[in-house]
Amino acid sequence: MTPPGPARQALELARKDLLLEGRAGETLLVTAPFGGVALLLFPLAIGTDVPLLRSVGYGIYWVVVLLFGVLVSLRQSAADTPAQVALLRLTGVHPVVRLTGRAAANALLLLAFELTLLPVAVMIYDPPLDSWPWLLAVLPLVAAGLAVLGTLAGALAQGLAGRTTLGPLLVVPLALPLLLSATQVAEAVRYGREPWSWVALLLLVDVVAALAVALFARSLEEFS
Amino acid sequence: MSPASRLPYDACPAGRQAQPDAVIQLHGIAVAVERTPVLRDLTLTVGAGEAVGVIGANGSGKSTLLRLLATLLSPAAGTGRVLGSALGSRECEKIRPQIALIGHSPALYSRLTLAENLRFFCRLTGVDVSAVSSALDAVGLGRAADRPADRCSQGMQRRAELARVILSAPALLLLDEPHAGLDSGSAGLVDVIIDEVREREGAAVVVSHDRARLDAAVDRVLDLREGSLREVLPAATMVPGQGFR
Repeated sequence: MTPPGPARQALELARKDLLLEGRAGETLLVTAPFGGVALLLFPLAIGTDVPLLRSVGYGIYWVVVLLFGVLVSLRQSAADTPAQVALLRLTGVHPVVRLTGRAAANALLLLAFELTLLPVAVMIYDPPLDSWPWLLAVLPLVAAGLAVLGTLAGALAQGLAGRTTLGPLLVVPLALPLLLSATQVAEAVRYGREPWSWVALLLLVDVVAALAVALFARSLEEFS
Repeated sequence: MSPASRLPYDACPAGRQAQPDAVIQLHGIAVAVERTPVLRDLTLTVGAGEAVGVIGANGSGKSTLLRLLATLLSPAAGTGRVLGSALGSRECEKIRPQIALIGHSPALYSRLTLAENLRFFCRLTGVDVSAVSSALDAVGLGRAADRPADRCSQGMQRRAELARVILSAPALLLLDEPHAGLDSGSAGLVDVIIDEVREREGAAVVVSHDRARLDAAVDRVLDLREGSLREVLPAATMVPGQGFR
């Protein structure tokens, strides 16, 4: 019995998470429509001031992505029972590999979530589309960062009664640089500035979060 | 032929490492769960080819003992070795794939089918995926392979977990109330799987309240009381109203 390599194991764990989510439908059938409703609520509260809605459209989109993205990464279908945690530990799969698999699945789901909400935001707010090429970099970077932070918070809150409350409290403050960078990329393009520094900040947050997984995965396992 | 009478030996991985004489050696072990002492001054030796039963009142620490033996908990005091690795050390991670634990609650993913659950386990651990169907056949679940776990009865879920044990061919088998939810026909399956482990010179620790079944399945029975283990006589030697002779 030769266990597969870490990449293969992470892929298998991600595949299992995506299969479970595909059957539960929490992200695309529950959270995404709810996020769409949230996008619709802001114009109702602000009023039909079209220039104002155009200027705040990107920001509101990213706020909704951040807040509802936390729910995606901490979804119920990604919560392992104590028996499942014990089984995974007994498979001998390294804790870093286990968290990497979960983060990969979370990242894909968050990217799908972002792509689902994006046309809704464009329809409702009609924001300037001059920064759209940058979105090709920003969307996956935000998804990856939020996924890794959510995975870390999920592991920390694993088995705690207040998981659903504690998780967002941990993720949202840490994800603020993601929100700031994502909105500032669009602002920079609009005012003719180079947005590279904000993209670099996004990348930095992703790298630091990935390093945190590598460094603390084992400790998080012992804590939970 | 009953499903339990023939297990898929070809599903057992070859080349398992030679086990030390004692699969489990615990000396003066103490374990606290959330700062509450559960096990104290616990000593236990289980040899290769031996199956041990553990009885005890609710809350006496039987499940904690199994988690300790599975290397999922570290002792607060004392020393212990499981499959040659010191408890609480990093080397335990290497022997974990040789340990199978079936606890109170099933470790199945409810939205995956029984076969998908087992295939997931095989792909993670390197067990041949083609052995899944024969393992499910062996526990009498061949026809339910494509049924989601949450649509299976407790007994079926328990049998699916036993199929996973067959696939993993563990050197140390840890069972918590393995007969719970199983009909009388399926309960014999547990005994067969314990025998399989013994024949491979592995060891089994079985926690159960079903004393009659336990006596039939294991070599000796221990009573976990006040955090420590003490050997008890076979149930046949008990005198009603007077306890053990």
